[in-house]
Amino acid sequence: MTTTETPKLTIAWLYGTKMNIYGDRGNVLALAQRARWRGVTPEIMEIGLGDPIPGDVDVFFFGGGQDQEQVAVSRDLQGEKGEQLRLAVESGAALLSICGGYQLLGHEYRPHDGNPLPGIGLFDVESVAGPERFIGNVVIESRWGTLVGFENHSGLTFLGERAEPMGRVQVGRGNNGRDGTEGAIYKHAIGCYLHGALLPKNPALTDWLVAAGLERRYGSGDLTSLDDTIELAAHTSAVGRAVATR
Amino acid sequence: MARFDPRLIGALSASKVTAFGIRRLGRGGGTSAPGLIADRIDPALLTKLTAQLRHGAIVVAGTNGKTTTSRMIADILEHAGHTVVHNRSGSNLVRGVVSTFAAQASVTGHLRGEIGVIETDEAAFPDVVRLVRPRVILLNNLFRDQLDRYGELDTIARKWRASLLELDASTTIVVNADDPALVTVSSDLTSPRITFGLDEGRYRLDALPHAADAATCRICGADLAYHALYVSHLGDWYCPSCGSARPSLTFSGHDTDLHGVDSLAIRITDTGTQRTERYEIGVPGLYNAYNTLAAVAVSTAVGIDTGTIRGALAAFRSAFGRIERVTWRDRQLTLALVKNPVGFNEVLRMLTAETGGLTVPTLIAINDLYADGRDVSWLWDVDFELLADGDGRLSTTGLRGPDMANRLKYAGVDPARMTSLPVKLDAGLDAFVESVPPGGSGYILPTYTAMLEIRKLLADRGAVESFWQQ
Repeated sequence: MTTTETPKLTIAWLYGTKMNIYGDRGNVLALAQRARWRGVTPEIMEIGLGDPIPGDVDVFFFGGGQDQEQVAVSRDLQGEKGEQLRLAVESGAALLSICGGYQLLGHEYRPHDGNPLPGIGLFDVESVAGPERFIGNVVIESRWGTLVGFENHSGLTFLGERAEPMGRVQVGRGNNGRDGTEGAIYKHAIGCYLHGALLPKNPALTDWLVAAGLERRYGSGDLTSLDDTIELAAHTSAVGRAVATR
Repeated sequence: MARFDPRLIGALSASKVTAFGIRRLGRGGGTSAPGLIADRIDPALLTKLTAQLRHGAIVVAGTNGKTTTSRMIADILEHAGHTVVHNRSGSNLVRGVVSTFAAQASVTGHLRGEIGVIETDEAAFPDVVRLVRPRVILLNNLFRDQLDRYGELDTIARKWRASLLELDASTTIVVNADDPALVTVSSDLTSPRITFGLDEGRYRLDALPHAADAATCRICGADLAYHALYVSHLGDWYCPSCGSARPSLTFSGHDTDLHGVDSLAIRITDTGTQRTERYEIGVPGLYNAYNTLAAVAVSTAVGIDTGTIRGALAAFRSAFGRIERVTWRDRQLTLALVKNPVGFNEVLRMLTAETGGLTVPTLIAINDLYADGRDVSWLWDVDFELLADGDGRLSTTGLRGPDMANRLKYAGVDPARMTSLPVKLDAGLDAFVESVPPGGSGYILPTYTAMLEIRKLLADRGAVESFWQQ
């Protein structure tokens, strides 16, 4: 980092007041704290319905919502706003989307009743409402090692030819319960079904997002190491509960 | 009930034999098996029995406070001289309700009791309402609670509304008007509606807490605003876009005095009669001001006079398991059940209100069994940031104790103030109590199944319950 000012990291929470079920706040908190503990000042903003996407966001978070909210958000993302978000990811911004957010970043989501909700096609995936709800702890193997979270979704997501899965399911159901994949990754953007909250107890993944955000801003994303004793204890115990309960 | 009904008699006999068998085996908590069996033999059992209630049945629904509120109502009715049938054990699924009524009926089908108080689970509400045809339904609140079990709030609200639309003018709906979702659920029904809410000057929240849910207008989708906000999303709300707003209150609560973890007092104005009464009650926290208000509204709706209500509430103590005080090994332990973000936030508010931070050593025990909710994501919706100030030690235990410790770290609690105790509750409890100086006090905040186990551990070890009633 060449600047003499305190380095900063801009975190944008997409539709934070509408799409925040299942403890999604934990993910934003993890990004912010792990930046702060390294002397980087996190700046958290919320991008709501009708707000434009600023050009200098380093990390985006996009959580899950209830049906009513999902429709409004799908509509809001069509046109220029979705284009701005795609552009940000193309230019190196990091992004984590979960559940409803993940579905709306694919091509489309087809509910049981009502019209299909168009997505923005950032991920080459399609989602459709399924007959059963997948509920329970999930363990996957990924490029960040073992990740653990909690899934709660009836939507089934299928990967297209250009999509790369985030990981392979070890415990739980994943994208669709059939092909053993969980989530999708494109550049520094991730979509997945992992709540829990995911980032606080998977610090390697959090640091990858923080580093990507810093690299976008400063051209360098080297991070000092932190004492992760408490995080790793939570990780290990959650993996144990996953194995014991599914 | 003179008419011979072989199916009803068969169901009741089977239920009673099962209940007897469970008691003989010494198995506690067997409150639903008798109902399950009775329900199989005669699915109309509950309808047949509740139809005998001379003063009808009151159904109590809501995410938080339904056990406490239904106990308040039952106590008030008993003070008024009524024989009450009440699923007091908190067994609030359909079969638990059936068990309660079967236990109060003779084997020939005669029910002993004049009025019913039925606490119902959110998911069981439509079935209970259909089977019971209540005289009064209390809709107390609707918060996010264990979504892995109940599905999304929208779904529950839709099902409740469909159920209420089936009712006629013989049922009165008593609704918490400070909950925007419940106002929508209960609007434009054939049934008459009574509203209650707070008009409180002193205890207000500055902003919508993170755990709050229904921040959007159910009519036009715009974000709601508040003239005053009290607990979670409960308050004097309005929609800046379409103009919908909290309806006028039949019962308005105001001038509340909160006395720490012990008790509260509230003035309640009946806007119909323009009379104001002050009530004192031995339960703490602003959320219990809502429960008190609900109990007063319901009791008044069934014709109980204010003097009787005041007397019953003055004698009321906290529900079994919600707040308990126990003396053990010369330590004063206060146990408070935590089961969802809103409830947990209110407990944290109560513990930190007087000193501004946590000063008493505290043990948080988090399990993730079915009754707790398997998903511990909800911990991230609780405002543990309130605990970052203060010097009280924070210990964690339970199956998800390590997740809890991690949550505290990210809330900004200095890890030097934290102790990660073993996940096994017996070891965790012992180590925690050991860490409290003799003569001192400690708080224990367990989830539901952790509460049951900790209570049993304390009882097995001869702890003295200084404050316990069922």
